[in-house]
Amino acid sequence: MKPEKVAQYGLLTALALALSWVESLLPPLGVPGVKLGLPNLAIVFALYRLGFKDAWAISLARVVLVTLLFGNGAALAYSVAGAALSLGLMGLLKKTGKFSSVGVSVAGGVAHNGGQILVAMALLETARLAWYLPVLWVSGTVAGVLIGIVAGVLVKRVPEIK
Amino acid sequence: MNWLKSHKNDLLLTAALLVLGGALALFLFATRRDGGTVRVQVDGCTELELPLGEDARILLGEGGEFTNLLVIENGAARIVEANCPDQICVNHGAIRYEGESIVCLPHRLVVSVEGGGENPVDGTAR
Repeated sequence: MKPEKVAQYGLLTALALALSWVESLLPPLGVPGVKLGLPNLAIVFALYRLGFKDAWAISLARVVLVTLLFGNGAALAYSVAGAALSLGLMGLLKKTGKFSSVGVSVAGGVAHNGGQILVAMALLETARLAWYLPVLWVSGTVAGVLIGIVAGVLVKRVPEIK
Repeated sequence: MNWLKSHKNDLLLTAALLVLGGALALFLFATRRDGGTVRVQVDGCTELELPLGEDARILLGEGGEFTNLLVIENGAARIVEANCPDQICVNHGAIRYEGESIVCLPHRLVVSVEGGGENPVDGTAR
């Protein structure tokens, strides 16, 4: 692997991690789980700049590191589920070529929240989390639009590392 | 205008998702019923069932490592205090309709409102 690529991996992983931390500092937005998804900025950027597999590696590294630093075991299961579902869908939508980073990121935001809820439902053996679904669904959409717009600008403006 | 045109698919997807989310919320809202009992589950096992109609103040997990203070008041249940790191259960607020729940993931606790209440809520009853 080229050293430039290694450096980019490290840079983007560190950025995703830092954004996770920044997001944890923001005041809660009323309903638990409603968040901006700042780390997704780095992931969407990686998806467009480096590719699906690389974004995957960075996302997984971020989730594991965040869990080690701030989270607990149960949180890992649903973070991974959210991240995996989100990135899987984003990769798929990007491949169709019909969407820009906005559409891709919107799908990712909704899938991220959906995945987390599904695992939380399974872990707690309850179907009672259904009430969260519409709230997180809509908040994931809105957050996805914002992240998608910013990520699109970044992919266009940030110079490529050759 | 150009931006809108070149992002037509994105806008359609976003609009579709928002409509779907709204429909889901509307469905849940329209089919809500006042609850009758409060069920406390830890690790998926029911520990406690309390009538929603009677005021109560119960320290869940008393004497143990994980505690959540459950208060039932005016037909609604909420967690007032907890020693979990995220305090999500405390910030959740009160629940009163069938199917609503408060989850404390670190303590693997689910407090949910079950049926057995009055007829479905209509506009005039509120």
